[in-house]
Amino acid sequence: MTTEAVSKKTLFTPFNVITGMILIMGAFLTVWRFGWGLGPVTNLDHNNPWGIWIGFDLLCGVALAAGGYVTSSAVYLFGMKKHHAAVRPAILTAFLGYLFVVIALQYDLGRPWRLAYPFVVQSGTTSMLFEVGLCVALYLTVLFLEYSPAALEWLGYKRLRNMIHRCTIALTIFGVILSTLHQSSLGALYLIAPSKLHPLWYSTYLPTFFFVSSAAAGMSMVLFEGWVSHKAFHNKMSKDYLSQHDDLYYSFAKGASWVLLGYVFIKVIGVAVDDNWHLLATGWGQWFLFELLGFALLPSLLYAIGVREKNLKLIRWTALLTVLGIILNRLNVSLIAYNYHLPSEMRYFPSWQEFGVTLFVCTMLVVTFKFIVTRMPIFHEHPEYKDEH
Amino acid sequence: MEHGFYTLQDFLLYTKGWAYILMGASLVVFLAYWKFLFSRDKD
Repeated sequence: MTTEAVSKKTLFTPFNVITGMILIMGAFLTVWRFGWGLGPVTNLDHNNPWGIWIGFDLLCGVALAAGGYVTSSAVYLFGMKKHHAAVRPAILTAFLGYLFVVIALQYDLGRPWRLAYPFVVQSGTTSMLFEVGLCVALYLTVLFLEYSPAALEWLGYKRLRNMIHRCTIALTIFGVILSTLHQSSLGALYLIAPSKLHPLWYSTYLPTFFFVSSAAAGMSMVLFEGWVSHKAFHNKMSKDYLSQHDDLYYSFAKGASWVLLGYVFIKVIGVAVDDNWHLLATGWGQWFLFELLGFALLPSLLYAIGVREKNLKLIRWTALLTVLGIILNRLNVSLIAYNYHLPSEMRYFPSWQEFGVTLFVCTMLVVTFKFIVTRMPIFHEHPEYKDEH
Repeated sequence: MEHGFYTLQDFLLYTKGWAYILMGASLVVFLAYWKFLFSRDKD
């Protein structure tokens, strides 16, 4: 579509109006939060110092952004070159996911100008949060570099683009290492709270659970994002991208199915090694089984059936089910099964302002994604760099 | 039902026993699942 054709279209589309309203509300909430502190805008207290800005924005955001390292390692390290067209959308989703995770984190932390303090003012190297912070900072930089060739092709900086493009393999390896470290460390954060987290979710294997589930989340997110993008940006997709579409779906569905089954097994082993079988008969146990069977075992089987029957529709809906499952798992660990022993009046439920900020951050991510894919070579190759990435 | 364990040895024998049984079962299940997942690839 030409620039004139875009400018002739009305600005007041339903998407723009709703987005505009959310952004205005978000700006208002931002002033409120940073001007008056956490107290007036959140339901956080000393029992529940981490709310949905950590449980959803950070834990779910990082898990669902795992598509970046999964796709780039599949293509550049495991030789699945036929899926190279999926790398840029996956890297962009991951880059924006991490970027907005860091932005959302500022609402929880406050004083954004002190973001670099853990690295320069105090060492804090024995802290799990330090490790997460360092990995996320480094990985965000890696993702920025991995994404930058698309932006540089669009801007016409050929030399710089070629220079960064030559580092692709090194960046991919570095990205996988950093992802392995911080995806698992996010689970390790909760190892410090064995008395607060329900025993069915608490396990010394929490880092492993978080890492393995992030791989399934990443693949499912690539499938889900591909589905949504297919509907919204079909006209931006090259023939190359579209021709690989079905193959990519089957490959990633197979991978996700396999990883999810492995995840179910290690979760069951987690129950066995802590001898928590008797807890499965309780209400919390039923909730645990609902999560594990309904959002891990069932998607694993549905993916497998979808692959065998060549049923793309089933695979797409299964991707959504898996994404919801990962969100449920992270919310269970960080909020629902956390402080489970407290009386209901002392339990945490987010305020409308917390929901508002989360919605604001998600909307900014969608708007930025839309801005980039409608302008830069994400779903298609730049004519000057055919078959180069 | 919850078991009464009197020593760490009892506890580890019981829980590790379960873990080993599950690991053994996983070998069988994963092989069958691999076949289920990839059997139609050559079609």
